[in-house]
Amino acid sequence: MTTDSTFRTQMIEAREAPDQSRGVLGWFRANLFNGPINSIVSIVVILLLARLVWPFLEWAVIDADWIGTTRDACTGEGACWVFISARFESIIYGFYPEAARWRVDIVFALLAILVAWLAVPRMPRKKWVALFTLVVFPIIAFFLLVGGSFGLEYVPTRAWGGLMLTLTIAVVGIVGSLPLGIILALGRRSKMPFVKGVCVIFIEFWRGVPLITVLFMASVMLPLFVPGELDFDKLLRALIGIMFFWSAYMAEVIRSGLQAIGKGQNEAGQALGLSYWQRMGLIILPQALKMVIPGIVNTFIALFKDTSLVLIIGLFDLLAIIRAGLTDSNWLGFSTEGYVFAAAVFWIFCFSMSRYSQYIERRLNTGHKR
Amino acid sequence: MLRPSTTLPRRGRGPLWRNPAIRALIVQAVLFLVLAVFIGYLVHNTLVNLEARGIQTGFGFLEGRAGFSIPQTLIDYTSDSTYGKTFVIGLLNTLLVSALGIVAATIIGFLVGIARLSPNWLLARLATIYVEAFRNIPLLVQILFWYYAVLRALPSPRQSLSLFDAFFFNVRGMVMPDPQPLEGFSATPWALLIAVVAVFLFGLFAKRRQARTGQALPVYWIGATVVIGLPLIVFLATGSPLDWTLPELTGFNFRGGINILPELLALWLALSIYTAAFIAEIVRSGILSVSHGQTEAARSLSLPETITLRKIVIPQAMRVIVPQMTSQYLNLIKNSSLATAIGYPDLVAVFAGTTLNQTGQAIEIIAMTMAVYLVISLTVSFLMNLYNARTLLKER
Repeated sequence: MTTDSTFRTQMIEAREAPDQSRGVLGWFRANLFNGPINSIVSIVVILLLARLVWPFLEWAVIDADWIGTTRDACTGEGACWVFISARFESIIYGFYPEAARWRVDIVFALLAILVAWLAVPRMPRKKWVALFTLVVFPIIAFFLLVGGSFGLEYVPTRAWGGLMLTLTIAVVGIVGSLPLGIILALGRRSKMPFVKGVCVIFIEFWRGVPLITVLFMASVMLPLFVPGELDFDKLLRALIGIMFFWSAYMAEVIRSGLQAIGKGQNEAGQALGLSYWQRMGLIILPQALKMVIPGIVNTFIALFKDTSLVLIIGLFDLLAIIRAGLTDSNWLGFSTEGYVFAAAVFWIFCFSMSRYSQYIERRLNTGHKR
Repeated sequence: MLRPSTTLPRRGRGPLWRNPAIRALIVQAVLFLVLAVFIGYLVHNTLVNLEARGIQTGFGFLEGRAGFSIPQTLIDYTSDSTYGKTFVIGLLNTLLVSALGIVAATIIGFLVGIARLSPNWLLARLATIYVEAFRNIPLLVQILFWYYAVLRALPSPRQSLSLFDAFFFNVRGMVMPDPQPLEGFSATPWALLIAVVAVFLFGLFAKRRQARTGQALPVYWIGATVVIGLPLIVFLATGSPLDWTLPELTGFNFRGGINILPELLALWLALSIYTAAFIAEIVRSGILSVSHGQTEAARSLSLPETITLRKIVIPQAMRVIVPQMTSQYLNLIKNSSLATAIGYPDLVAVFAGTTLNQTGQAIEIIAMTMAVYLVISLTVSFLMNLYNARTLLKER
């Protein structure tokens, strides 16, 4: 073996990348300052952040007042979160009687467990838990929250409020609009002209009007629709309106999933001699619903955001409770704190839902999208 | 031996409910009956209730005197006007804020959507934060925030914040110069109209010429020059017949100039910022939906970047963007009804609010209000379907 071979017999050690493209500086160069235009843009953005984000942080965290129970605790330099902490109980429970608040806690805890169970893909027995959430849980929650039986004190819905009411409306809206939406979506694809017509009109009507007019209708017109002596609960009226309204949107989401299922699936079911409901329940819907989970979650997000509209018809949800606190003569002038807090609470719920929907989308991305 | 089997069930035999056609008929008849009975029951209850409360049905109330004033009226209105007029005022105000919102939301949305795709890491992140922050906060919270925490917290008129000494911001809204057309001004809008028509015809001609000879004309540059230039020349030639009334502080308030309500500003800001977050996502997904092969093919034909963008990417992205954009516009129009929360005099606040409270004609008023939104929605979706049919990918 000669040493003066033309060819190398060993790999050369990899050389290090040039200094300019390594480390923090290299990253800055590649992502922020590659070229004159990009450099100018970067500097403008940095200046903008310095002008906006830093003062906000200073106001919201550094100079803010956190401790105390009265207005005297506010020094006036930054945000005064005492405004929130002083009325934290009512922001969570509304006017729910203090002695009965454990009932709300139980419902909250149960809901959290069920949602976590359904959301984590590894958990077993999804079908049964889903059935429990959709059928048994609402019944338990109803008896616990309303009371009046099993020796529990009766709490009228007038006393409901705060985050508790927001979540109640959101959960009832979601649990109610999903099954209704499925039926409407199936009806819209039906071959029976009358069934199809009714579903199309129902869906297009609710989708064409703003939720506010629906809530106005629920609060002004619904009492006219029932016999005069019947007292129709205000919350119930709002819930009916919200359920109908969102079921129409849900129906369109589910319909898009139904359309994505090939004809062959239905025909194979027919060839096996399955009835319509067997084909839908066992073959079509499981595939279609799975495909549109992201769309369904997005509808949930929209529904959750729009629960805040009930303040216009005089229900005291999270936003309305905070707004009511702002008119308290002891606490005038804290609207920024109030609305920033409300925004933060809604944002946390909606952002986690949207993250979850993106995660599911990635997980589902394996089979159907090529 | 092949003989047709005699044991095969013949059509139309067996119990009636086994026949699909008859079963469908039964199902529909039952549904019809249930619905008819239900609706009949509701109508009956309503009539009984209305009679018990002594409310007259019908649209006669629209002739009555309104008797209340409205802070923003685009056409003449006094408290002596009719209830019917309040409907028109409210509708015009709804359309005004919707139009303003659509323009602003589109501009912000396109900028943010493109920024999200920027190679500049910082800019892309900033755009992402914008989208994630504003689309996950309820619109109502945003409206209330802008109104109560920002615009209502502005100083009184005497301490107004001023911009170029022409625009003033205070707790009563924004005051801006009022253009007063003098004699001879009407020539300018005519010039603008002529310029637009001329450019449109020129565009058609250029398109035909390109189809015939393959040579493109710089339509965009010529068009922009004519549309801006011709009215400007006419305006200057007629001696600049436009006078600006500057707002002036007299006593405790401003005189002269146009006063824009803080309610309108808050609603406009919130609607545009909120909707822009959704439009940005649509624009981004539309641009990403154009496959790499398209841009690469354009590059291998050595088309310049701008042409690739204008003739290859944008037309294909539009096919994805436009339908979703229209539904966002519809959402914006419907969302403008949240005006009632801060008292901007839109259709819902004026007509379904004050007028309803004064007359008690709940059914007629809610029905009219809903009909307005329904007509807008259905018209736009009908036009959208036409557009979709036209731009649908023509496949072999």
